[in-house]
Amino acid sequence: MKTYIAQRLFVAGLTLFGMSVVIFALLRLAPGDIVDVLFSAAGYVDPSERQLILEELGLDEPVWKQYVTWIAQIFTGDLGKSYRYDLPAWEIIKPLIPVTVELAILATIVSVLLGVPAGVMSAVRQDTGFDYALRVVSLAGLSMPSFWLGMVIILTLVAWLGWIPPLTYVSPRENFWLHSVQFLLPALAVGYRSSALIMRITRSAMLEVLREDYIRTAWAKGQAGRAVVWRHALKNAILPVVTVIGIEFAFLIGGLVVTETVFNLPGVARFLVEAILWRDYPIVQNLVMIIAIVVIFTNLIVDLLYGVLDPRVRYGG
Amino acid sequence: MAVRPIGAEIELTRPSAVTGRASLSTVVTRFARKKPLGALGGVLMVIMALTAVFADVLDTYDPIATDAAATLAAPGPDHWLGTDHLGRDIYSRIVHGARVSLIVGIASTLLGSVLGGVIGLLSGYTGGKVDLISQRLLDILQGLPLLVLALVMSASLGPSVQNVIIAISIPIIPRASRVIRASVLAIREMQFVEAARALGTAHLRIAFRHVLPNTVGPFIVLMTAQLGSAILVEAALSFLGLGVPEPYPSWGRMLSVSAAEYAQKAPHLVLFPGLAISLAVFGSNLFGDALRDTLDPRLRGA
Repeated sequence: MKTYIAQRLFVAGLTLFGMSVVIFALLRLAPGDIVDVLFSAAGYVDPSERQLILEELGLDEPVWKQYVTWIAQIFTGDLGKSYRYDLPAWEIIKPLIPVTVELAILATIVSVLLGVPAGVMSAVRQDTGFDYALRVVSLAGLSMPSFWLGMVIILTLVAWLGWIPPLTYVSPRENFWLHSVQFLLPALAVGYRSSALIMRITRSAMLEVLREDYIRTAWAKGQAGRAVVWRHALKNAILPVVTVIGIEFAFLIGGLVVTETVFNLPGVARFLVEAILWRDYPIVQNLVMIIAIVVIFTNLIVDLLYGVLDPRVRYGG
Repeated sequence: MAVRPIGAEIELTRPSAVTGRASLSTVVTRFARKKPLGALGGVLMVIMALTAVFADVLDTYDPIATDAAATLAAPGPDHWLGTDHLGRDIYSRIVHGARVSLIVGIASTLLGSVLGGVIGLLSGYTGGKVDLISQRLLDILQGLPLLVLALVMSASLGPSVQNVIIAISIPIIPRASRVIRASVLAIREMQFVEAARALGTAHLRIAFRHVLPNTVGPFIVLMTAQLGSAILVEAALSFLGLGVPEPYPSWGRMLSVSAAEYAQKAPHLVLFPGLAISLAVFGSNLFGDALRDTLDPRLRGA
């Protein structure tokens, strides 16, 4: 087990290193830099002034040196300074994290609460009208852009209830109810999409398990239908579902990029978009690395959860 | 040459040859009867393709012409689906948007799947260190959410249709390579490959002539599955202003420019482009699901 974790951590480290190179290279390939963006309104940049700014930001150094500086900074816990705000990057990112984490957790909860029961019911009633209806509804969830669904939710609220959701962030201490609604709506929009995938996996895993001998034995013993399905079968069908929840987490963060913009929530994802548009390298590269770390470690934790959920899974070593 | 008879043998082992050569119409009818939902998806995709091809015939107005006298008009006989804040006809823009979405969707899916497929084929066929290293390299690309990667890509490449296609295709590569590699690993061990090797056929020739044709099933399934997500990513990128640039009417962009500000006054601005995206993706998802069930029985119901 220990060797397994060590191996996985080593591979995760290598992946992160490769990712840092890719992200760094991509951003330097980008046409234009912060100076162009800063002076785009003026239309003209004084060359000496440009040189000064580039020097101050360390952009006049050779590219490899900029990379080494960045990596060294990461290891000392210093995420550099934002070009745009002239503030330490970490100070800007820090307050954004709880917003995105809360959204991601809520959306995951929504997707599991919708997806797992739907998948189980659809498997139990395989090939009935009910099954078809559930499958079409879930496929529709996979087909709608979550940001559009968010917009439609807002519009419906306005049209039917005449209620406009808050346009700016409301902290839970200020008004807990409003805060919950503000977060639940985007969580619903994003979670619906994720629930579709979870439902499909739950359904196929359940279909497989329901055909096994021990389920037939449970039926034969006269166990109540509900107990057989939810206690005996689901327990063994849940493993692939857990994997998907882990993988889904990456999609979820991707989905949040647009949803946070639609709902005007000051989260990491929306800020990433702004930083990209501003060519604010320290913010972009560090945010992307943080997202990558979260995604990679979520997958690692999910794999380790396997061993806990299924005693048959043992890791070598 | 000695290779010929081997080729003939493969013809027999190919799944398409087993079912016999039924006429196209028979195949279509059979598919529609067995998979009504898949057929519905196919119809949606055909409608979308026809809309894209005949956009110039189907439109009622110039999709980029503004009309100051008719801004934010509600849907009606003059403008079927209303107009946006610049007085541009929504229906005509959606019709032309089909062209952009379909071109970007198909081109990026094709590019990503072919590149990923070739990597998957070579890495699966070669095995060993090449396989290990290329898979680890692809892990790097897969460690990021698809949209985040596409976002950074398209920002760094700059806004143009061509760059959006590249940006969307890159995240598809690792997914495509996984799928093709998995089926190559199984095909590699089959007897006809062994026979070709025993005859001294060059490795590259075995990989492309003998192994590759047998991955067509999973490859088609992969492409239809990715098409929907490529259209969605394009919509999201354009929505954020990093996708297809003006003046091309793109569904995602139609939602961004006007929708947020004018949505309360004119909900049709939000409703119709989003419906177009959803229907197109819904069609390709339905069709892809049915196709997967038919072509790849191992994944049935998954």
